[in-house]
Amino acid sequence: MITFEDVVKVYPGGSTAVDHLSLELPTGKTTVLVGPSGCGKTTSLRMINRMVRPTSGRVLIDGRDVAEQDEALLRRGIGYVIQHAGLFPHRTVLDNVATVPMLLGRTRKQARTDALGLLERVGLSAEFAKRYPAQLSGGQQQRVGVARALAADPPIMVMDEPFSAVDPVVREGLHREFLRLQKDLGKTIAMVTHDIDEAIKLGDVVAIFRQGGRLAQVGTPREVLANPADDFVAEFVGRDRGLRSLSFESAADLPVRPLSEVGDLELDDAGRPVGYGSFTRADSLRLVTDLAIISPAGIAVRVDAEGVADGIVRHHDLVDHLAARRREQP
Amino acid sequence: MITYLSNNTDVILAALRQHIVLALLPVLIGFAVALPIGYLGVRFPRVYHPLVNVCGVLYSIPSLALFVFLPVILGTKILSPLNIVVALSIYTVALLARTVADGLRSVDELVTQSATAMGYRRFRRLVDVELPVALPVILAGLRAATVANISLVSVGALIGVGGLGQLFTRGFQLFYLEPILVGIIASIALAAVADLAIVLVQRLITPWSRV
Repeated sequence: MITFEDVVKVYPGGSTAVDHLSLELPTGKTTVLVGPSGCGKTTSLRMINRMVRPTSGRVLIDGRDVAEQDEALLRRGIGYVIQHAGLFPHRTVLDNVATVPMLLGRTRKQARTDALGLLERVGLSAEFAKRYPAQLSGGQQQRVGVARALAADPPIMVMDEPFSAVDPVVREGLHREFLRLQKDLGKTIAMVTHDIDEAIKLGDVVAIFRQGGRLAQVGTPREVLANPADDFVAEFVGRDRGLRSLSFESAADLPVRPLSEVGDLELDDAGRPVGYGSFTRADSLRLVTDLAIISPAGIAVRVDAEGVADGIVRHHDLVDHLAARRREQP
Repeated sequence: MITYLSNNTDVILAALRQHIVLALLPVLIGFAVALPIGYLGVRFPRVYHPLVNVCGVLYSIPSLALFVFLPVILGTKILSPLNIVVALSIYTVALLARTVADGLRSVDELVTQSATAMGYRRFRRLVDVELPVALPVILAGLRAATVANISLVSVGALIGVGGLGQLFTRGFQLFYLEPILVGIIASIALAAVADLAIVLVQRLITPWSRV
């Protein structure tokens, strides 16, 4: 667990970057610090690995004050990923990834073997190993950055806008892999972003900062969307927070109608719908709503694990379902 | 020409050897001195501008004046090759200290920051990350300093120690064209070879800069 205890950072000249921050980042979870620029989120993040010193207050990792630990040794135990990756231009991809294990005294051979495994883990084939960072796309560099941060298997990862510098399609892919990796690895992650959608998608806990370095609200993404603490948070999470909160609702209990209700529903030989968007029980209500809205007939088709259609949902079924749910849980 | 070459092979080769030593020894000394000085200019930002100014002033001292003036300060004999070595070392430092500082300053801050965040201590970060990344800039300065030194050595002939430059003085004294031609050609060839050697080394040790 990472703990901020009444942390203040005032820069020379008097501007307050972080104003009495107290926050706990739970072990094994992703905590996303999010807020507008100048809200002190990055400054706070960089206190975890002592890149920034608090003016007062303490930052503790598992109860130990980071200020009392050797800087370099502390940092070798904390994976660090930044925007644009910050890769070493003079080292191959493989040697970039091997950096921290080498610092920790592992042999070059061992570090390189491990690095090769890590590249695969972040979705890069071995052919990238011998390339230099300048030969990679932004998305590939970011993957190498993640692999480099993971190389010494640190329990903690600090990520500063790790996915901000890539285009939306690439970012989408990186998000998926991030969630997949984190499911396997269960690191304690502190991440900074200015993008509330990213925070809600990736965070187990979301900490929303406001200008002047004050914490506005901490909670699960669901809590923050459902019950914003004040107008600032409501405004920051956005007007469509109702729609977005549907991402956390499973489509598993959504009642469906028989396929026969739609006369012209076209299925292929295997029984898969043609020309209609489809969802499974594992998808979210947000996807179902989206499908129902874009479908000219106003329906979304449910499919089973093999992609075979087994029911349909109409617009008003969704409305009824949400209304019923609201009655159940006021 | 051929006759001159075959009759004077020993003299020419001796001059060439002296020229190489007088030009390249200062490059090595100057580079070794410039590294820490250049680093100071980066480590302490307030030092950078004074450093650049002092280097500019040093480099603008006429070489002949320095050759003549140094014995007074060093207590060396006016004909001692040491004067040339010290003078050219000073020029090399003046050129390279600034180049080293500029090279280190050219390293992307994201790169140094991520090195620090990964647990590099200052010295190892300098050796493992900053200097290698600054190499293309530093080596460009080294090429300039090497070629400049090779041409400056000849001026030393005016005070009696000047490698291939002695072929010029002899040619002028005897109104004899061949030694002058040989001296010019050898001097240019030496500069070209030294430059090429550095380029080749650069290609070898900074393969990443060409991708």
